[in-house]
Amino acid sequence: MIEAKEITVRFGAAAALRDVSLDLAPGRRLGVVGESGCGKSMLGLALMGMLPDAARLSGSLSVDGKEMAMASDRDWRALRARRVAMIFQEPLAALNPLRRVGETVMEPLRRHLGLDRDAARARALDLFEETGIQDPAAKLRQYPHELSGGQRQRVLIALALACDPGLLIADEPTTALDAHVGLRITDLLVRLARDRGMALMFISHDLAAVARTAEDLVVMYGGEIVERGATAEVLADPQHPYTQGLLAARPPLAAGHLRERLAVIPGTVPGLMHLPEGCRFSGRCAVEMAHCATVRPLERATGPFRSAACHLIGGER
Amino acid sequence: MQIFLIRRSLGFLATLFAISVIVFLVMNVLPGDPAVTILGIDSTEDARAALRAELGLDRPIWLRYGDWVWGAVRGDFGTSYFFRVPVSELIAERLPLTLSLAGLAMLATVLLGVTLGIVAAANHGRTGDWLIMVLSQLGIAVPAFWLSILLVLLFAVKLRWLPPGGFPGWDEPVLALRSLVLPTVALALVQSAVLARVTRSSALEVMRLDFVRTARATGLPPGRIWGRHILPNALVPIVTIVGMQVAAVVTGTIVIENVFYLPGLGRLVFQSIANRDLFTVQALVVMFAGIVVTANFLVDIAYALIDPRLKGRLA
Repeated sequence: MIEAKEITVRFGAAAALRDVSLDLAPGRRLGVVGESGCGKSMLGLALMGMLPDAARLSGSLSVDGKEMAMASDRDWRALRARRVAMIFQEPLAALNPLRRVGETVMEPLRRHLGLDRDAARARALDLFEETGIQDPAAKLRQYPHELSGGQRQRVLIALALACDPGLLIADEPTTALDAHVGLRITDLLVRLARDRGMALMFISHDLAAVARTAEDLVVMYGGEIVERGATAEVLADPQHPYTQGLLAARPPLAAGHLRERLAVIPGTVPGLMHLPEGCRFSGRCAVEMAHCATVRPLERATGPFRSAACHLIGGER
Repeated sequence: MQIFLIRRSLGFLATLFAISVIVFLVMNVLPGDPAVTILGIDSTEDARAALRAELGLDRPIWLRYGDWVWGAVRGDFGTSYFFRVPVSELIAERLPLTLSLAGLAMLATVLLGVTLGIVAAANHGRTGDWLIMVLSQLGIAVPAFWLSILLVLLFAVKLRWLPPGGFPGWDEPVLALRSLVLPTVALALVQSAVLARVTRSSALEVMRLDFVRTARATGLPPGRIWGRHILPNALVPIVTIVGMQVAAVVTGTIVIENVFYLPGLGRLVFQSIANRDLFTVQALVVMFAGIVVTANFLVDIAYALIDPRLKGRLA
């Protein structure tokens, strides 16, 4: 459905995304993980054609076989909601506070699908039911501030699904929610993707949420994909030092381990302007070699549907 | 919503009452004897005393206040010392002109100010934005009376497109409107400059919010995003300022009507103060204050209509 080839997003001299390649087939569920500032949200926005004005995109990005890398906002508008849709982190902030949620959900139905008021309302009611909103007829008439966090996120999912998109991008959809509510939202997303044969791109820093949601996984660091593969394989056998660090930094759940110090990746993600030219993880990497900071490692296949971008992998040492 | 309306209405009446007391006290404490103004400085003390008795000025102040308010409630504001006709007649003759002028000025302010503010915000950081901001800064810095004189010099004296002043009356609607063009522009330019800036900054603030991104992600075109999502949410500060501008424009008519020789309430205020025309001044000040308080009252109601979250809290 979506094929991205070596897309790079620059802000002036700084690259927020560098040579990111990605395929999303209908019905596949892809997880995107990484720390804040690794470019995962930027990737989501790029696939929506919603990069900030100052951003410059290069590379090839095709949606349904149509090249969109240089497309105008007008061309993108024809795809948004109908082919690609997106939900965001803060469900309260993401809803217009002055409109009843029913009106918000009916807006694309009326505009894009040309439904009249009654048909749009009936369709919105179906969507509310499909996304598990209790008492949907009454909820249609409520304002965002009258709903709970989980309900608001369900409203946003209903809005995103309104025009039956081929791909739903969920950017940290559970971060602002209570843990148990978040779990129900992730399960809902998986069920919806399955039922509708829709591709799902699940962006998160939460490895447990991704493991529950996505069949495939890409790990991002410094605007690049450093490792990818089937989620279960990557989590069981991480190959890139950054992925290994991420997994080691997860808090253990068993009670006996609570007093142990949490493993951390040293340092923080450098700003876009200060990323090393070679491997972007150099400077924080535990197994760094002399040439890592200057020579860029390329993605190498390490198995069927698996690859990682590290000089330690693939023979070149 | 009903409780809210009742409370606001009571507050509205209480404010009007307080204003009437203050106006009455100030007008009676201020130096200047109407009897002297009417009869001239050469008049005898006996003649003045007789006139004061005739006008009721020798009675205690609280009685006079009571009479005045009782009359005002029934639409009787007393008789003008100077014009020798009922004050209500004076006001009724002049009110349509002042209301038309103020109404046109507010209409122009809102249309121009909000439009320019949106254009500036939509072009944030680009030439259009920059140009509108420079012009509005200039507009704010210029005093309305000085601008009026420049406008008259250019459009009436030099180009002869529009009359320099005066008012032909409503029997000739086209001529009447033509003579209101320059006064309207003089009143509206400064106010729309202020409103453009407020609209711009309010819109810029809303444009950053997440629900605007949601609207874009829904594939809505810019016009709809502005009309349904950005503007309604930017409206509270805009309405607040518009409410204050009603006050500024209504009081601004005092200066502008004098510059353009328009026979409206603003000019009447000026004449009656100069002539110590007590009843007329009192009635006019209360009227002007009443218009301002009404504007604020309407703004409060507008808040509740704009934002469903405020309905509960304002009550």
